[in-house]
Amino acid sequence: MSPLRREDVAHVAKLARLSLSESELDLFTEQLSQVLEHASDMASLDLEGVVPVAHPFGLINVVREDEVRPCLDRDEVLAMAPDARDGRFAVPRIMGEAP
Amino acid sequence: MKSAAQIAGEVNSGATSAVAELTRSLEAVRARNDELHVFLFVDEEGALAAARRVDDVVARGGSAGPLAGVPIAIKDNMCQRGVPTTCASKILQGWRPPYSATVVEKLLAAGAVPVGKTNLDEFAMGSSTENSAFGPTRNPLDTSRVPGGSSGGSAAAVAADMTPIAIGSDTGGSIRQPAALCGVIGVKPTYGLVSRYGLVAFASSLDQIGPFAKTVTDAATLLEVLAGHDPLDSTSLPEPSPSLVAHVGDGVAGQRVGVVRELIEGADEEVLEAVARAREALEKAGATTVELSIPELRLGLSAYYLIAPAEASSNLARYDGVRYGLRVDGDDVAAMNEATRTAGFGAEVKRRIMLGTYALSAGYYDAYYGQALKVRTQMIGAFARAYREVDLLLGATTPTVAFAFGAKTANPLSMYLSDVFTIPTNLAGEAAISVPFGTGEGGLPVGVQLLGPGRSEARLFAAARVLEIADGRP
Amino acid sequence: MTLEHGYEMVVGLEVHTELRTRSKMFCGCPNQFGAEANTNICPVCLGLPGSLPVLNVRAVELAMAIGVALHCTIAPSTFHRKNYFYPDMPKDYQISQYDLPINVGGYLDLPDASRVTIERAHLEEDTGKSTHLGGTGRLQGADRSLVDYNRSGVPLVEIVSGPDIRSSAQARAYAQELRGILIATGASDGRMEEGSMRIDANVSVRQANAALGTRCEIKNLNSLRSLQRAIDYEARRQVEMLEHGEVVRQETRHWDENLGETSTMRTKEEAEDYRYFREPDLVDLIPDQAWQDRVRAGLPAMPAERRRQLRERLNEPTEAQLDAVEVVIDLGLETLVEAAVERGADVTLAISRAANEVAAAIDEVANLTPAAFADTVLMEQHGQLSATQAKTVLGELLANGGDPRAIASQRGFEQLSTDSLEAIVDSLIEAHPDEWSRYREGDEKLAQFFVGQVMKLTRGQADGKAVIAALQQRR
Repeated sequence: MSPLRREDVAHVAKLARLSLSESELDLFTEQLSQVLEHASDMASLDLEGVVPVAHPFGLINVVREDEVRPCLDRDEVLAMAPDARDGRFAVPRIMGEAP
Repeated sequence: MKSAAQIAGEVNSGATSAVAELTRSLEAVRARNDELHVFLFVDEEGALAAARRVDDVVARGGSAGPLAGVPIAIKDNMCQRGVPTTCASKILQGWRPPYSATVVEKLLAAGAVPVGKTNLDEFAMGSSTENSAFGPTRNPLDTSRVPGGSSGGSAAAVAADMTPIAIGSDTGGSIRQPAALCGVIGVKPTYGLVSRYGLVAFASSLDQIGPFAKTVTDAATLLEVLAGHDPLDSTSLPEPSPSLVAHVGDGVAGQRVGVVRELIEGADEEVLEAVARAREALEKAGATTVELSIPELRLGLSAYYLIAPAEASSNLARYDGVRYGLRVDGDDVAAMNEATRTAGFGAEVKRRIMLGTYALSAGYYDAYYGQALKVRTQMIGAFARAYREVDLLLGATTPTVAFAFGAKTANPLSMYLSDVFTIPTNLAGEAAISVPFGTGEGGLPVGVQLLGPGRSEARLFAAARVLEIADGRP
Repeated sequence: MTLEHGYEMVVGLEVHTELRTRSKMFCGCPNQFGAEANTNICPVCLGLPGSLPVLNVRAVELAMAIGVALHCTIAPSTFHRKNYFYPDMPKDYQISQYDLPINVGGYLDLPDASRVTIERAHLEEDTGKSTHLGGTGRLQGADRSLVDYNRSGVPLVEIVSGPDIRSSAQARAYAQELRGILIATGASDGRMEEGSMRIDANVSVRQANAALGTRCEIKNLNSLRSLQRAIDYEARRQVEMLEHGEVVRQETRHWDENLGETSTMRTKEEAEDYRYFREPDLVDLIPDQAWQDRVRAGLPAMPAERRRQLRERLNEPTEAQLDAVEVVIDLGLETLVEAAVERGADVTLAISRAANEVAAAIDEVANLTPAAFADTVLMEQHGQLSATQAKTVLGELLANGGDPRAIASQRGFEQLSTDSLEAIVDSLIEAHPDEWSRYREGDEKLAQFFVGQVMKLTRGQADGKAVIAALQQRR
């Protein structure tokens, strides 16, 4: 198990859309390292062949009928938006195409 | 304060009115909320409307339901239409959901009167309510101490006699631990017994909504109202709500109870004593007890602190300033996302999001998250083996009595350790109840924990009732 | 198109199709194109805090139907979360399928008898749509993007082919055949212009028998023509680079239909890490054999089979007739043809009228009943309508519906009885003795002279073939 480095935390913060100050970066690196260190008891176990369980009571095939149900009122929804124009949610420009 | 059962009976019979009961409750809230900071929002208007509706039903000769006129507090991570739902976070400050959680609809249909939304650790991440962005809740029994968390507000509401019942959510112990620290009953139901639709998700495979109450009967009554299949929740168990109240008086004669070493080791002396006395009480009531060791449980903390943050990191991605809640502007949308989340989330939430993101990220998935899922399978198997030998398990709920503010905030890990006895049940998706049993240091309450396999709530309530009587609360 | 310098292209296609369900994948909002922005939304497809997904059974069945039609194995599957931030994604993760998709390991045979493997066909939810407001070019408060979530949560199936395609023509044929299958299963309406079917191409080049080259993903292909052009362009671009000693970078490129070229999409600082993990809000999908059998039994014939069936009715078909069969199958007009043939119509005539006259007005085909089509073809066949008149009647039926006999009578397309035709021919033979003797001696061209005369006399109501038959009889 490789130790958690400052760059890892910076990278992960970026992935999670969080910006950290230098001191926060240091603090979080230390704190997260401790948690991962504590988890090394688990990480070092040989659990080859153990299958992760999906639902604790084996529920499968939960589906609903293809029926239309009432929608939300658009005005009510847009009223809670930080910025709405023309019946749409407005955001600062999107740079880059969707992945 | 009157129990919920008493209030419902009196309201339905016309001996009292829902409005009168609400008035009493609101007085109690007003008397101590400033001091204790239990409620983030008191919905006087909505509560009054609900109480009046109940009184109307009764006046026209009908029954208004099993919780008729009973004031109830709701943890502020559950959606109630038109009422502020903040999850104790700045990122949702001012947001009013356009829909209600299934449990809220069920409560209203049962005649309950929601009084307001209670304080919690931000997004349910914490064990003391100190992580609330709007200030902590104080333990009603000793205001220099925490009420526990994350459902600290709901536990305190009941402990302070503001409402006889409350609901919270439990992901790693967030109902049971505050119940123990505040001296009330708290239940984490079987995973899927209670619908999660409308519960703001923290860790989807672990979260469950459950009751707080002062009496076992009230807890059972409330859980009966909350439980049952919900077509809006794919993980909801297929069956309707089980019969629980009828079994509260079943007793424990012939039941086998296992006292689990891993669910008491490391606990304070006074907590160990309480567990020992609880064991005696159960034996006196006709149960046989044995000592058990389930070593797999020791891995619970590690597995939990990878699985829960991983799911949370994904569940909390939606708070991006686009559709609702806080927005801090930026030059482009990504910058806006970042500025919003940085300003809107507290430190513990950020910590867990980063931990979770790391555990899922490329190159680390197998060692951390993947491994934790396997440990979880091990744990389920270990519990199943134990339940072939015994019917119930007994242990401590949490290692200490209520601790002082700031006692565990310096080091996140020390806070995480308060969940060591409660986490395994969440990982296995099974049921558990914390029951107040005696007091410890300074007269502070101690809780003991009874655990059972999935769908064993009736059995748990029966055993809890035995302990309730033994503890002098007949 | 062959590539220069001995290169061959290696192409795989990813096709996304929206499914024709009434409601969305995980909620009961209408699955409806063209509604006013943000009117088909609810807590679930808006990703509001506390919302949860519940799977649409019809989406599952359509996915299974696609799998069966593509000869896949229907496997136990799970859903995964694909995590990334983008404003048109309300949860900032997409519920999709990752390593355990519902359909695996199939194939698609093309009309030219080549086979393209299908690696997988899985279920996932669609995103919302963003549009961009132009700005002044200045950073402050200038550009905005606007998001509509009506499309968010619409069910999709993504079909991934193996890298088996070796030419842009083959790619086009694959897309066309796949589209026909998706329409035939009822899963899709195949409208690329509306975005209900979207194609991305993965293109690489290599020397024959060498290892696979680096591939680029090409997006923004809005028609089959674009697909073909873009693949050819991209393959040539890569060959040129390699021939100049440059390295092809693995990237996503955008096709510009006007400029006729691909270009790099704005690169991000870091590669996306989607952090896939199993969706904890959904349970596993394990369709049992009985369910799979019901889906299989409920499938109509696929285009290849219908093509074969129709071709079999023809006796030594010409190239043109085979093309006409293609058109009939592509446009789903075989019900008309079958209806006519069942009543005794000549199959080549029925196919011809369908592939030409009906196809030309395909948007109005709903106005033409199989019975009316059959009637018209038979009237032409029995000489009650000339070819020209039959086409006119069909045109009228397509525009406005109705009954062919009523239309014919309304337009004065009177039946020219055999007797009167015979009488007219006799009188013309008498009137033109020179032409008649030359015809009798073998000058075939004069048959047309007589036909012309008959047409003049009958104001175009005669059937040309019947005239020729009458002439031949009298020879």
